[in-house]
Amino acid sequence: MVAVTIWGSLRAATDGAAQVEVEASNFREVIEQLGEKYPGLRPQIERGVSLAIDGTIYRQAWFAPVRPDSEVVLMPLMVGG
Amino acid sequence: MALDSEKRDFKIIGTRPLRPDGIDKVTGRALYGADMNAPGMLVGKALRSPHAHARILSIDTTAAQALSGVKAVVTATDFAAASSSFNQDVLDNCMAREKALYDGHAVAAVAATSEAVALKALSLIQVEYEVLPHVTEIEDAIKPDAPIVQEGRAADNLPEGYSQNVTHVMSFGHGDLEAGFAKADKIIERTFRTAATHQGYIEPHACLASMASDGRAELWCCTQGQYYVRELCADFLGLETSQLRVTASEIGGGFGGKTTVFIEPVALALSRKSGRPVKMVMSREEVFKASGPTVSSLTDVKIGMTHDGRITAAQAMLRYQGGAFACGTIEFGAMSAFAAYDLEAVCADGINVMTNRPRQAAYRAPGAPMAIYAVESVVDELCQELGLDPLDVRLKNAARKGTKSSYGPTFDDIGLVATLEAAKAHPHYSAPLGPNQGRGLSCGFWFNFGGNTCVSLNLDADGTVGITEGNPDIGGSRASISMMAAEELGIPYDKVRTIVADTASLGFNDVTDGSRVTFAVGLATIKAARDAIQKMCARVAKIWDIDEDAVIWEDGYAKPAGPNAGEFEPMSIAEIAAIANNTGGPIAGHHEINADGAGVSFGVHLVDLEVDPETGHTTILRYTVFQDAGKAIHPDYVEGQMQGGAVQGIGWALNEEYIYGTDGKLQNPGFLDYRIPVASDLPNIDTVILEIPNPGHPYGVRGVGETSIVPPLAALSNAVARAIGKRMHELPMSPPRILKTIKGQ
Repeated sequence: MVAVTIWGSLRAATDGAAQVEVEASNFREVIEQLGEKYPGLRPQIERGVSLAIDGTIYRQAWFAPVRPDSEVVLMPLMVGG
Repeated sequence: MALDSEKRDFKIIGTRPLRPDGIDKVTGRALYGADMNAPGMLVGKALRSPHAHARILSIDTTAAQALSGVKAVVTATDFAAASSSFNQDVLDNCMAREKALYDGHAVAAVAATSEAVALKALSLIQVEYEVLPHVTEIEDAIKPDAPIVQEGRAADNLPEGYSQNVTHVMSFGHGDLEAGFAKADKIIERTFRTAATHQGYIEPHACLASMASDGRAELWCCTQGQYYVRELCADFLGLETSQLRVTASEIGGGFGGKTTVFIEPVALALSRKSGRPVKMVMSREEVFKASGPTVSSLTDVKIGMTHDGRITAAQAMLRYQGGAFACGTIEFGAMSAFAAYDLEAVCADGINVMTNRPRQAAYRAPGAPMAIYAVESVVDELCQELGLDPLDVRLKNAARKGTKSSYGPTFDDIGLVATLEAAKAHPHYSAPLGPNQGRGLSCGFWFNFGGNTCVSLNLDADGTVGITEGNPDIGGSRASISMMAAEELGIPYDKVRTIVADTASLGFNDVTDGSRVTFAVGLATIKAARDAIQKMCARVAKIWDIDEDAVIWEDGYAKPAGPNAGEFEPMSIAEIAAIANNTGGPIAGHHEINADGAGVSFGVHLVDLEVDPETGHTTILRYTVFQDAGKAIHPDYVEGQMQGGAVQGIGWALNEEYIYGTDGKLQNPGFLDYRIPVASDLPNIDTVILEIPNPGHPYGVRGVGETSIVPPLAALSNAVARAIGKRMHELPMSPPRILKTIKGQ
């Protein structure tokens, strides 16, 4: 299992939990599992999200590996100017 | 792709070769958006709403179409439905559908044989409007009884007491705020406002579109991302992507404002309808009224601190308006607000609200400057109240490797402490000040990112190298990319030429934004060069009839790996290239990647200024930028980014603002009334580059283009507070506002 930190305003979709656990070994599986276990997260996932895995921010990187002890943080999709 | 494990002595990286575009730009040879022409070309012009908010009851184009010389008129009905709600917003901003949502919103466009005919035709278009109540200010737009800008856009998690204009509600942070504030010896809570400001690029939006009767189309335009322009325009015109080729012109500034489309799909629609090429060029007034400024903001910040300067808790409530459409910039504001600090208890809440203003576009570190302005102002006020040195306090609380950031992830190697220490050790920090003068400082932060990138590296028969990349050069990327290729290949910089490809000539590339290009395109270039080197070594192995592994690449030559490989005369890149046709054909290196690991960037700005107590005018006396670049590939360009961001931030802090009248119309759509800094307003901006390598890049590169606009807002506000002895909470700090503050009004 991997612990995923959820940002504050999404916690309504996780029964208030700041951190949830999913069975996943990569970026894609984390996102899929989050959507399946917490359907309230799906609208945000569809709008776009990034994942910070052990401090590195990934966008759209399905196969970025996630270890059971990885620090995984759900973030909005990163853009810039 | 990780940092190269072996520390290397660079030969080219870190030097300052001449820029490849310099001569073209100073002699006028460079081709910008408006410089391209085509036989039979028409002039396209847009009709824009005179109302801040109005329902479009009807548009009668009969008289305009009947005018001699008019070849096409288009309205929203000439576009396909967009493939996503986000894209539909982009299209609706280019051409209003049911409602005009702001003063200047395009409602129709014409293509005619001359500008005079086009303007006459616009005057003949009859638009019947039902004028609606409008709202342009944040505090009005969030009220439950505010005029609704667009129905059905309210956030899913909208709290009670807010209007349907609120499209985003979010929160970031960790820890126990109540316990944190209980530990504080001093708590300060303030509210801050920042105005919407424009990116202020000198070159207005311009394009030339040509669509043939078979549906194939060409588009030349001034943009930060030709591939994204292609994606959007193909969507809006119902084209297959491959049938539209987009070529990016040279770009006269973008700063985020050219990461989307405004006139490009309109020009294509006019070309499709008329069967002729159509050029559109925005006037400066159109640029201000109808292309995106940044968001304006209204932010509450509360910070608690101990007597010795430890921050115990930090809280913010950010409210951004980004015009008449949903806008996610607030997310970056809320995430970045407290990023510079190592905090046990922190929370940043944010909302975005729609108003009857133009749709915001990204502007350098979108969302961060206004958030960090508010935070850094309160930190500075706490330092004043507690009699503490503002640099020492920031050092005491600075985020560093291992800090759990305020937006969630734990930081790896970052350069904030190094930049703060450099600022403290710099003579600027201890220089004496005179009467009416003040010194201010602020930290800044931006996330940076990588993204989708393709690079081709072609070895020519004479041993020179051509690189094809897909990101418009807005900050010196062609030079930096050539330098990285030359470094890898071991050849002189002037043997490499980098060009920016059109969309048909290279695979997809993300937009030039997020400070991504030197990082991501550089990374792909290094990999492409290594790919070419591998191929060259393989060819030489065949020539020498030894194993590929027995050939190494060193300083531009293929050499035997050691005595066991045999004795062979090293072969130069030119010698290998000259016989490539005999050894297997052309040699090229490629790399395609969705790059991650960009590495965040921090900066610290120091400013000395003087306020004239009679006029309220502020003179910048001295300004120094300290920033972590990871590794500065071409230090001139890095310094240029640091200086440019500082200058734009100075304008934001002192003068720039979108001013709306009670009629909802923009009052100052021109550079006479919208005052940006010019060279004579400023001293030289001094720079100090720190190099804390980014672990995610082989040379350690971090993006540098955005962080530098973040600190000036608070640095100047903090300096003004110390110069006049009173603290202001609103930007810009224009002379009338400063005078009012001095007089206590």
